[in-house]
Amino acid sequence: MRVTVDLAMCQDHGQCAIAAPLVFTMNDDGKLEYNGNPDDSERDHVEEAADVCPAQAIFIED
Amino acid sequence: MTTPRRIAVVGGSLAGLRSAEQLRALGHTGPITVFSAERHLPYNRPPLSKEALVEFDSATTEDLAGRLAFRRRASIADVGFRLGTPVVTADLHQHRLTLNSGAELIYDGLVIATGLRPRRLAAPGPERGRHVLRTVEDCVGLRAALRPGSRAAVIGGGFIGCEVAGTLRGLGHDVTVVEPAGAPMQRVLGTDLAAAVQRHLTASGIDFVIGTGVVGFTGDDAVTGVELGTGETLGADIVVEAIGSVCNVEWLDGQGLDLSDGVLTDNRLAVAGGPDAVAVGDLARFPNPLFDDVPRRVEHWSIPGDTAKRAAATLVGTPDDAAPFVPVPAFWSNQLDLRLQSYGSPALADAAHLEEGTLDDLTGGVIVTYRRDHRHVGAVAVNLSPARLRELREAFTAVEVSA
Repeated sequence: MRVTVDLAMCQDHGQCAIAAPLVFTMNDDGKLEYNGNPDDSERDHVEEAADVCPAQAIFIED
Repeated sequence: MTTPRRIAVVGGSLAGLRSAEQLRALGHTGPITVFSAERHLPYNRPPLSKEALVEFDSATTEDLAGRLAFRRRASIADVGFRLGTPVVTADLHQHRLTLNSGAELIYDGLVIATGLRPRRLAAPGPERGRHVLRTVEDCVGLRAALRPGSRAAVIGGGFIGCEVAGTLRGLGHDVTVVEPAGAPMQRVLGTDLAAAVQRHLTASGIDFVIGTGVVGFTGDDAVTGVELGTGETLGADIVVEAIGSVCNVEWLDGQGLDLSDGVLTDNRLAVAGGPDAVAVGDLARFPNPLFDDVPRRVEHWSIPGDTAKRAAATLVGTPDDAAPFVPVPAFWSNQLDLRLQSYGSPALADAAHLEEGTLDDLTGGVIVTYRRDHRHVGAVAVNLSPARLRELREAFTAVEVSA
């Protein structure tokens, strides 16, 4: 699956890194790093991450 | 799954949207219709007190609602959204709804998601100049009323009040927060952290009038000042009333439900005394065994999604029904250069402990934990690195659930 984060919208809340820790992580500077091509087995977690993103900045393109 | 059933979702904000999505995710294939009093598809409200007042150049409510709209999953492409169509009465035993047009319809399953509206001050004086902040209309209205150097009085020192105060101060307006009960957000943050936040926001140029309420407004056509309980008048041409909310439950009157504070449900969000009905979002009053067996409403952004998931399972019946519903409430609040993040229910605490940082420098990062009867009930972080938020949430995995 393909995932993109609109980094202009992202406010580094870090909720995605709690919902889908294998795909999204917050680095030591508090900034988001993510895998744009996660395995399909992560779909549920990524959808959860997109749902709980306060900035609604996560886009899932199948 | 049994025969597809018609499900009516009453309320078209985040909780209603997530309910429709979760019903589809659980395999419900029957018709779903969302009835919304608002004229817009579901949109994200938190920016209304923050960036939507500042950055967005969306001139009209339609522009702003479009900009803040939640993306619509393909799975709910066939869900009908009846906008500008409030349900005015319901007969839960006949499974019947009446719309504002007078039209009636029958459902098999009902999701109650009508949420909240702002509480208004009952104080005499002119109406013009008085604002609330809940909808895109409210936001556009407030933005349009601002003039360079506007003097704003924010009534209510809760989270919304402090966010608006911070945003307006950031725009260069004179801002005073009026709060009768104590330091801002004290009910949730506890006295020490609340006092520290007040000191920080004061140093940033926000004035606070604590310990007195509003008895009226001065002015002829429009507000020119706020009359305080002390007898003083606070000059203001913009008033933002942020004194809490009222649940939109009038349409459920007369059904024998407990509507004393939202809609009483069991732990699975099934409405007490309401057959084939669940309640979700801000108005659902449910017990959370993470804390105790007392039903409470939780007005946090995370709750619509959490309750929708559980309520959808209750409505269509899924195998893991037996597991208790134990959401960890979470919210955040941006106020000038502060970002507060909370996990759990700090408001339940009888003791607060500064775990990390110093209350004299909130921007350096602070963690306060909250306990009730020596048991962890919440944590609030101020300007903590997002990389560390997981710790605050995971503190709850150690909490024994006594369902």
